[in-house]
Amino acid sequence: MTKTENNRAWFLVLPVLLLVAMNAILPLMTVVNYSLQESFIAGFWDWVGTRHYQDVLASERFHAALIRQFAFTFIILIIEVPLGVAVALAMPKKGAWASLCLVLMALPLLIPWNVVGAIWNIFALPEIGLLGWGLNALGFDYNYTNQPISAWITVILMDVWHWTSLVVLLAYAGLQSIDEAYYRAAKIDGASRWAVFRYIQLPKMKTVLIIAFLLRFIDSFMIYTEPFVLTGGGPGNATTFLSIDLVKAAVGEFNLGIAAAMSIIYFLMTLLVCWLFFTLMTKDKEGQA
Amino acid sequence: MSAPARPTARRIPLKWLVPTLYILFLMLPIYWLINMSFKTTNEILGGFSPYPKNFTVDSYVEILTNPAWYMGYVNSMIYVVLNTVISVTVALPAAYAFSRYRFMGDKHLFFWLLTNRMAPPAVFVLPFVELYSSMGLFDTYWAVALAHCLFNIPLAVWILEGFMSGVPKEIDETAYIDGYSFPKFFVKIFMPLIASGIGVTAFFCFMFSWVEMLLAKNLTTVAAKPIAAVMTRTASTSGYELGLLAAAGVLTIIPGAIVIYFVRNYIAKGFALGRV
Repeated sequence: MTKTENNRAWFLVLPVLLLVAMNAILPLMTVVNYSLQESFIAGFWDWVGTRHYQDVLASERFHAALIRQFAFTFIILIIEVPLGVAVALAMPKKGAWASLCLVLMALPLLIPWNVVGAIWNIFALPEIGLLGWGLNALGFDYNYTNQPISAWITVILMDVWHWTSLVVLLAYAGLQSIDEAYYRAAKIDGASRWAVFRYIQLPKMKTVLIIAFLLRFIDSFMIYTEPFVLTGGGPGNATTFLSIDLVKAAVGEFNLGIAAAMSIIYFLMTLLVCWLFFTLMTKDKEGQA
Repeated sequence: MSAPARPTARRIPLKWLVPTLYILFLMLPIYWLINMSFKTTNEILGGFSPYPKNFTVDSYVEILTNPAWYMGYVNSMIYVVLNTVISVTVALPAAYAFSRYRFMGDKHLFFWLLTNRMAPPAVFVLPFVELYSSMGLFDTYWAVALAHCLFNIPLAVWILEGFMSGVPKEIDETAYIDGYSFPKFFVKIFMPLIASGIGVTAFFCFMFSWVEMLLAKNLTTVAAKPIAAVMTRTASTSGYELGLLAAAGVLTIIPGAIVIYFVRNYIAKGFALGRV
């Protein structure tokens, strides 16, 4: 669609701009403020320049949280994206069964995040939870409250349970947009199942899969509530991801300067990834036009 | 999916297996929650049992009769609805501007809006508490409703823009020639055309405000406390009230389930943000 040049359109955007700016810019400036100063006595601030940033970037604790964060995001992406696509491909295409599948699959997405944590907490309890009891009955030594490996498995299973449906729904929406004629043509040509997937379904799903990838990356990168309720970041620091570490520093230890510097670094990382994806997406859109 | 490959009679049952197993995996933890919610505390602590032996609804009765509990649901509902209304209302004209006009800095503005959908709430917790305290809104529905605008408005603009771009521009032009003013055209002609898009957008705003707990919990103490905070308190102070916790959890799933049922035919398109 060709758009008309019209600078008065700013008036239509103004309410959004004001509301989001109030929520985004003021708090961000507060954080920047904290990150450059040090408070020894309440109410008195000393300028410390970039010292907090240097401290954070050099601290092993931050590195460890960052590595855990990337490991977690990487693992859930390589599980959730292929699994979601596979489920979407195998789902009924339309009719009552498709509706039923969609409703049931969307259910985990609408459960408050602390309840997701609570559900898995109960489900995985070693003595009375179905998962914990089952695994132990099968002879595995499983206890997510004191074994890092068990805790990781539980947190990853929980995230797969919680978010794979998002990928399914997106991929399903992409598949819905494919015209039946393509499949008939492929059948006449005697195309294999793989060829149909590779040359018809995958290209059509490209945009939605980029969105799925982006949303899953960003949301898993800022994950807080679910692992916090499930494991509290433990055992030890085994499942302390960036957000949990940040809240620990800010609220738990009241280390405002350090927490603020961490926030800014964290935010810049998210912003960079966001920009990369956004460029990819708009390029893709222009390519289609 | 039956057309593309060369489906043989043997392969069809296998195809059903994937979604069936997946849904089974989704339902098991929920079943376990429901199972726990109907057990007595003694039975829960007594050991493993796959279904409630002494079936009881005590936990539900306690939640539905004790204001400390049910007010949590009422509070959550109020700020979620407030937020949904605010987000959709301000996002409608903005999305129209982005879908129809080019203006100074439009692309930058759009990107900046999106970055806020991606800002980690943990970064904003403390500054938000300060900001809303200084505005005198701390521990009110408004604080949470406005704070959730941070990620819901960008999302609403994004989804609505997708739906609006699907409406041909000729419709706008014809209406203007027919003498419609912008507000009249927008409400009388344009909004009915994208009604399903507005529905999907409202659904998403509802969803993300309903599930977000970090900000909601920290911006309230007593008067506007969401159900999540009530649950946390129970878990920590009165020992191991698993039955109550489970029943409260089940009750938080119900509003979502009802909302999903209503939008089930649009949900896939909405998740694709109107871009399919």
